[in-house]
Amino acid sequence: MQKKLIVALILLLGIVVGGCQSQRKIDDIAEVEEWNPMGGNGSSSTLDVSGLVDDETSGGETLAGVGTDDILLDDPLSKRVVYFDYDSNVLTPEATRIAEAHAEYLASNQGMALVLEGHADERGTREYNLSLGESRAKAVSDIFLAMGVSVDAIRIISYGEERPVDLANNEDAWSLNRRVEILY
Amino acid sequence: MLLILLFLASLMPGNASAVLTIQISGGVEAGMPIAVVPFEWRGKAPPPVDLRNIIAGDLYRSGRFEILPVDDYLSRPSDNRQVRYKDWRLIKAEALVVGRVRPLGADRFEIQFQLFDVFREQQLVGHRWEVGQSKLRKVAHQVSDLVFKTLTGNSGAFDSRIAYVEVERIASTGPTYRLMVADSDGFNPRKIVASSDSMLSPAWSPDGRYLAYVSFEDGRSKIVIQEIKTGNRMKVSERPGINGAPAWSPDGKRLAVTLSHEGSPEIYLMDIEGQRLQRLTNHSAIDTEPAWAPNGKSLVFTSDRSGRPQIYRVSARGGKVVRLTFEGKENACASFSPDGKNLVMVTNQGKGQQIGVFSLSDKSLRILTDGPFDESPAYAPNGSMVLYATQRSGREIMEFISTAGRARQVLRSQKDAIREPAWAPLNR
Repeated sequence: MQKKLIVALILLLGIVVGGCQSQRKIDDIAEVEEWNPMGGNGSSSTLDVSGLVDDETSGGETLAGVGTDDILLDDPLSKRVVYFDYDSNVLTPEATRIAEAHAEYLASNQGMALVLEGHADERGTREYNLSLGESRAKAVSDIFLAMGVSVDAIRIISYGEERPVDLANNEDAWSLNRRVEILY
Repeated sequence: MLLILLFLASLMPGNASAVLTIQISGGVEAGMPIAVVPFEWRGKAPPPVDLRNIIAGDLYRSGRFEILPVDDYLSRPSDNRQVRYKDWRLIKAEALVVGRVRPLGADRFEIQFQLFDVFREQQLVGHRWEVGQSKLRKVAHQVSDLVFKTLTGNSGAFDSRIAYVEVERIASTGPTYRLMVADSDGFNPRKIVASSDSMLSPAWSPDGRYLAYVSFEDGRSKIVIQEIKTGNRMKVSERPGINGAPAWSPDGKRLAVTLSHEGSPEIYLMDIEGQRLQRLTNHSAIDTEPAWAPNGKSLVFTSDRSGRPQIYRVSARGGKVVRLTFEGKENACASFSPDGKNLVMVTNQGKGQQIGVFSLSDKSLRILTDGPFDESPAYAPNGSMVLYATQRSGREIMEFISTAGRARQVLRSQKDAIREPAWAPLNR
């Protein structure tokens, strides 16, 4: 998995070196980290880079002809997880963008059932985190409701800190575990 | 000086999974010096259980005693006729425990013990038991309770039980969660229920017959009450949203719980059948982790209504909510000491999560542990110790800390994680 991540980084580096404005390159590479919804720390054994692999293999052949902006401004619908700050249920601009894209899609495809799964990192007590996970899922749900998704289509479940994607106890793992998964 | 005594794992019955390590760090402040002589064994095969080690471990863990090392003993009496008080005054022992174990036949043992006051040169208490092998550890804990009660005036809590959640992670099948009940020192663990979904927040009924807990079976939180003896389970709340943090009222008739079916997480009182609800809190913030005062008249709970989690108090009839904690960035998961005078809680003072004791009279907070991943503190039923979950080298384990003297003992398991401890009430 780590290998694939490196391959992707090299490919993207190649594009950058291949001739865009140099000022944007660094930003673009920095964005690669965010691009992978399951994180890019490379140190975790539970890293799921399946989304990344698809994009990489399908786009590999034609990369040279595609502008970096087209690759990096990827479809927010491909992201099913939004992340939060410590002990916060406030959506980041990125999380809002992703939630709004899904909300727009679901609003025009009424009848689809949506599950919002709220999660927390291991810091804080387990019962508090159960509530925190729910308040995160509700914050995402508010966007769906505001954009016209039926309240009956949304199911909110909190798992608190009971289902971490990364078991390590460091900031990289915690930032992956503070999340809401958008499932439909 | 760090002295580590390994308790005799090899003597554990069957496939018992808890392994105890006693870790004496820095010695116990102002503990009473006590000599515990190895019990005389009158049998041919090696003794099935080392009673002396169990008793010494219990007494150490309470934080009230300094256990004098066996190597310093000038004699090894096993009853009053063999005791030479001068031997014990010389090594500055104030109290002396002696005893013997005698096999009476197939799976039958006689145990005798005596406790002496070294300065008054008199026996303070003595007792005899006849039991099968499976009860030998229980007898040792009862000896500890008699010694503790005689020398401190307070009830011992060694002959009691704990509940906790054990996690085994298997790559091919995913984790298995087991709700376990064990002796107060982690020995004789037995499974109450196993699940492929997480379980948390076990809470003992006041009569010690039932555990209420949160189960994620079928993928959603629900509150289950289970009778320990029969294994009979009753789902008492599976409302939409959160069903969490059960806490039994002292009279055993109600559960305080956290529910979010009406909006944000609130504290409710619920009858044991899970039907009638009385809502205690009403705030858009998180309200959770209710705990009853021993007199049943009020509860404390965690709320982030001020921005960060802090401890609040409310009458069991509802009404005005009063904030109790102001010290520290975060305080959570409080519960009352058995005398109702203190709260034990998880506190974050900027150095991660530590266990602290908050005095309800002078509002002071005394930090007991080093952190930074300490949580789920549970008072022993006599208030002398706190059992809590923590992490060492990335592994979830549990530790005991005495409320006086700061004696610390580590409870390890061969399983991947042990957590969510709950201490049973006494003598049930």
